[in-house]
Amino acid sequence: MADVYSFLTGPCFIVSLAVFFGGLLFRFVRYFYGLDWRLERVAYRPWLGDGIKGGVHSAFKWLIPFGTYGWRAQPFFTVCFVLFHAGAVLVPLFLIGHNVILEETFGFSLPAMPQPLADVLVAATIMGAFFIVLRRIALAEVRILTTWYDYFILALATVPFVTGFIARLHVGNYDFWLLCHIISGELMLILAPFTKLSHIVLYFASRWQLGADYAIKRGGHRRGDCFPW
Amino acid sequence: MPEGQFANKQPITNEEALKHLLSDKGGKQYYAEMAELDVDTEKLWASIRKTCKSRTMTWLEICAHCGMCADSCFLYRCNDRDPEQVPAFKIQSTLGEMVRRKGQVDNAFMRRAMDYAWSRCTCCNRCGQFCPHGIDMGVMFSYLRGLLYAQGFVPWELKIGAGMHRVYRAQMDVTTEDWVDTCEWMAEENSEEWPGLEIPVDLEDADIMYTLNAREPKHYPEDVAEAAILFHLAGEKWTVPSKGWEQTSLSLFAGDWEACRMNVEEVYGAIERLRPKRVIGTECGHAHRATVIEGPYWAGRPDGKPPVEYIHYVEWVAEALRTGKIKIDPAKKIREKVTLQDSCNYVRNHGLGKFTREIISYIVEDGYFVEMGPNREYNYCCGGGGGFNGVGMYRPQRNVALKTKRDQILATGAKLVIAPCHNCWDAIRDLEEEYEIGIRWSFLKPLLISMAIVPEHLKPQEEDE
Repeated sequence: MADVYSFLTGPCFIVSLAVFFGGLLFRFVRYFYGLDWRLERVAYRPWLGDGIKGGVHSAFKWLIPFGTYGWRAQPFFTVCFVLFHAGAVLVPLFLIGHNVILEETFGFSLPAMPQPLADVLVAATIMGAFFIVLRRIALAEVRILTTWYDYFILALATVPFVTGFIARLHVGNYDFWLLCHIISGELMLILAPFTKLSHIVLYFASRWQLGADYAIKRGGHRRGDCFPW
Repeated sequence: MPEGQFANKQPITNEEALKHLLSDKGGKQYYAEMAELDVDTEKLWASIRKTCKSRTMTWLEICAHCGMCADSCFLYRCNDRDPEQVPAFKIQSTLGEMVRRKGQVDNAFMRRAMDYAWSRCTCCNRCGQFCPHGIDMGVMFSYLRGLLYAQGFVPWELKIGAGMHRVYRAQMDVTTEDWVDTCEWMAEENSEEWPGLEIPVDLEDADIMYTLNAREPKHYPEDVAEAAILFHLAGEKWTVPSKGWEQTSLSLFAGDWEACRMNVEEVYGAIERLRPKRVIGTECGHAHRATVIEGPYWAGRPDGKPPVEYIHYVEWVAEALRTGKIKIDPAKKIREKVTLQDSCNYVRNHGLGKFTREIISYIVEDGYFVEMGPNREYNYCCGGGGGFNGVGMYRPQRNVALKTKRDQILATGAKLVIAPCHNCWDAIRDLEEEYEIGIRWSFLKPLLISMAIVPEHLKPQEEDE
């Protein structure tokens, strides 16, 4: 058991992180490399400054809960989204347990968040996922779009939180749940660049592009400030 | 059947072919042939591989299927929230599926895609404003239209429209001679009321070159006269080109990118020939989109800008009122509830909403202007954009689509709608015809002429008798 654990938190952990960061970096770079001013009809280079400004504004405005017209139009989904994403982004990075492994493996770590905060965030993530599933089933306009792949992606992202939370609460067999947590977490890391989870970086790329599009071509300075997202 | 005599993969390139296609009234045989038309799947896939790159592929891939776009789409809302009208569903089940199948699709698939591309999306781009990932489905539908057009799956009227641009460099059969004659006729027709009124053709180095919509000389020549009167009133040194005056692009609606290029190059050619300081386009939304926003790219201009400053009519009017070139008689300002239609093509897609509101502040008495809700960048399409108005086969769907604008107008309580866009103007006219809600609608030009103070020296002189 100890061997399996040390393998999973040792070489396997390193490989997972390498695939995750390397893969996502590759996809991010490839996105921009693949942009074509003629096909998209956006003159990126001559107006790069405007493009960067409008693009960054577009990406960051949408990170603010209820910060955009779109988020405000869908309050229920916005709450689900925020509940889910806050923990999903922050806990893996700043959980004390993760940072201990990081310190042991690489000799450095990130600041750790207080454990009660992590608990709250994880609970929120699980609740968020639950409501997202409910919404998918309940609303006809979401149901028609939903495929098994969507549930798979949601499971891929949520199972590490559920298993980690069970282990943390010491319900049932701790070692078993911890193992499940590590395996599902590493699976998520490895699959992220190859699935819709690539939106972890492609969100920024795609949002940047539309913001730049509006800033360079569809109004730009005539509109005054940036596009009113 | 591989290729029909009407429905085929060849664009219309000469007058004879154009007249032949027009002779098939309502496209009866055209659509019958289309039901048998083969899909060149190899060519389709080759085209997708060449043109469906990073941005579009990412859009198709990362769509979270969250459905946030549903409510943004006026067609979803006015079709009783039919799930099959959710923008993400519409694009995923057409373009998305086409890409996933690597172009291996059949005739039935293409005809369904055609219905979706031209009767379930007006390319208003509103959904892109509501997608957290910034996925603009209007842009993708426009791209899909291009793929469908190249395979011969395009509504009859739009194949004709694109053909008109290829043959006449205008959306209607208006020749250079017809156009120049119309200018002379209109100048003469109005010269009694407006002494000295001219429509100068091909004047070099003018301050303004004016471009317009072919239906103005063809069906509404008074619109040409009104533009001339307002330039005359403002004391502008202006001109129209004998060639390159047509600013619109039905080829944009059709997805015929080659015809788009040909038309816009004709306009830019006129700019280079006549060297005006700037160009002003008429009260039209898609004409502005085609010539000022997308046009530079069709013409391959790396800076994405037209050869000289090219502005929309509303920008010029706002400037003329601001600088006092045109003065409004305070007694003639509008004193009834009035609302304003924001054209998607130059408000959402070019940020000109502030200019139309500036104009309103000069021509409407305080307290009488009522905004539609939502408005400006967030306004809904008139219901007839993107070519929807012009396709006979989709008239029933278009009439349903008008309900959104009808209800928006009714909610303002206004009986007068200012619509500085040909497409919006038509849609609002049609919605009054269809639903009879008792409204009037107008371009800016006739309103401005009826309200402007005419300086003494421009008034007709009394007869010395």
